Amino acid sequence: MADPLLRLDGLRKHFGGLAVTDGVSLDVLPGEIHAVIGPNGAGKTTLIHEITGIVAPDEGRIVFAGADITRLSLPRRVRAGLARTFQITSIVAGFTVLENVALAVQARSGSSFRFIWPASRERALNAAAMQALDEVGLADRAGQPAGVLSHGEKRALELAIALATRPRLLLLDEPLAGAGPEETERLVALLTRLKATYAILLVEHDMQAVFALADRISVLVYGRVIATGDVPSIRANAEVRAAYLGEDAA
Amino acid sequence: MREAWLPLAVLAALGVAPLLGFGGSYELTLLARAMILGMAAVSLAFLVGGAGLVSLGHAAAVGVGAYAVAILDAHGVTDAARVVPAAIGAAAVFSMLTGAIAIRTSGVHFIMITLAFGQMAFFTASSLAAYGGDDGYTLYSRTEVAGTRLLENRLVFHYLCLGLLALTWAACAMLLASRFGRVLRAARENAQRVEAVGLAPYPFRLVGYTLAGAMGGLAGFLLANATEFVSPATLSWQRSGELLFMVILGGAGRLWGAILGALVFVLLETWLAQQMQHWKLVFGPLLVLAVIFLRGGLAGVVARRHG
Repeated sequence: MADPLLRLDGLRKHFGGLAVTDGVSLDVLPGEIHAVIGPNGAGKTTLIHEITGIVAPDEGRIVFAGADITRLSLPRRVRAGLARTFQITSIVAGFTVLENVALAVQARSGSSFRFIWPASRERALNAAAMQALDEVGLADRAGQPAGVLSHGEKRALELAIALATRPRLLLLDEPLAGAGPEETERLVALLTRLKATYAILLVEHDMQAVFALADRISVLVYGRVIATGDVPSIRANAEVRAAYLGEDAA
Repeated sequence: MREAWLPLAVLAALGVAPLLGFGGSYELTLLARAMILGMAAVSLAFLVGGAGLVSLGHAAAVGVGAYAVAILDAHGVTDAARVVPAAIGAAAVFSMLTGAIAIRTSGVHFIMITLAFGQMAFFTASSLAAYGGDDGYTLYSRTEVAGTRLLENRLVFHYLCLGLLALTWAACAMLLASRFGRVLRAARENAQRVEAVGLAPYPFRLVGYTLAGAMGGLAGFLLANATEFVSPATLSWQRSGELLFMVILGGAGRLWGAILGALVFVLLETWLAQQMQHWKLVFGPLLVLAVIFLRGGLAGVVARRHG
């Protein structure tokens, strides 16, 4: 078995008396999609905040690409190769689609403390940004203000921004939330394509999408991982069905 | 494309004003004041409209620059080669130190903490008994350029103010278009997005705040020379509020709006004060109406007419 790219080791987080993350250990291997599912209130959002450095865990370690990143800030984790998308789409609405991505390119190529030359005329930045837009199928929207994109397009733009940081691992927080059936279909096709290149930790509510995309699934209930396994074993797991899928899910 | 010419048109109008019958000492004094406050307002617009840092203490940076001129004057230092760097440097250091704390906050807290630092500077200036204290300090002479009294010439001073105003505007525009400015602009709208591409907004904001303070210090140097007098009122929060008002009146979304805002503010204030005794009763409501009805400020209205 290959060394895991991301490893969570006994993460714990309490808010008052409530254990929101209760000893979570899981890993993401290179080239796999590992999905985290769980009912509302299971602690998925807190777990993501811990992995991205917005919330500090009380106990436990986060190891990424062999280095302990438990105490690094969000920007430094991103520079280490851990890119994320947000549950609620996070883009710069006043920028053009291209400039949104170019910002991510400039963050990883040279200093951003350059004061003289107009950034929009840096060809290398624009070319790399166009490439990322091409990957998600937004190249023809490059000149538009990001704010006018449809919901699904904004989701794709956020992915392009994440790709432009040259990540080793994508952390996708409910990428399908709020997308219609057609948009979902397009985004699932896109994620399937990305799967060939990036390791992905996917937190998602849409069970059909998760079963279609994931190599492995971890089920989070009340802050604990109650099961980890491939799709058939999770579908068949009685505990999972009782806690989450309900009787009629299979 | 045509909108790019509008700020140049405003600057050109200021350039020809002395040749078109506004060359008297009264008019030139008034225009110089408007241009200097315009400089301060442009650097504030860079912070407010560019970086999203709404400072209610920008006059303090201007005042620190002005006091640098006064204090050096009191010690017999009047050479521009030393006075100008001192004014800019003092304001930059003041902004960097206060900004290092203020920028850790945001929103209303940022406004209040910049206000608090401004008032600290105000009371410090009031207590400088050696430099006039509450009463202010009258300069012995204007700053000398290479040993000459060049700045005493009102026309020279007019074009110096105009040149530095144009330079400030161009510098702010350049900064906002650069990589550095792109990070500031993105962080104004969505700081979390900037962090999620791997950049921490704080150092960018601090550098921006310091640069704006330095430009404010340059305006302070001119202000001290224009009136040959410096008083704590230069640093007061009312002055900061006026600067913020010029920015909003002109339109915070456009840098050159601040120039327009400062011109209109100063000229309207002066004209109204000549018309009636209780002119502030008219001036205040006029400004309120302007904010309510001029979408995008004066610059926004002008740009739409020509756009």
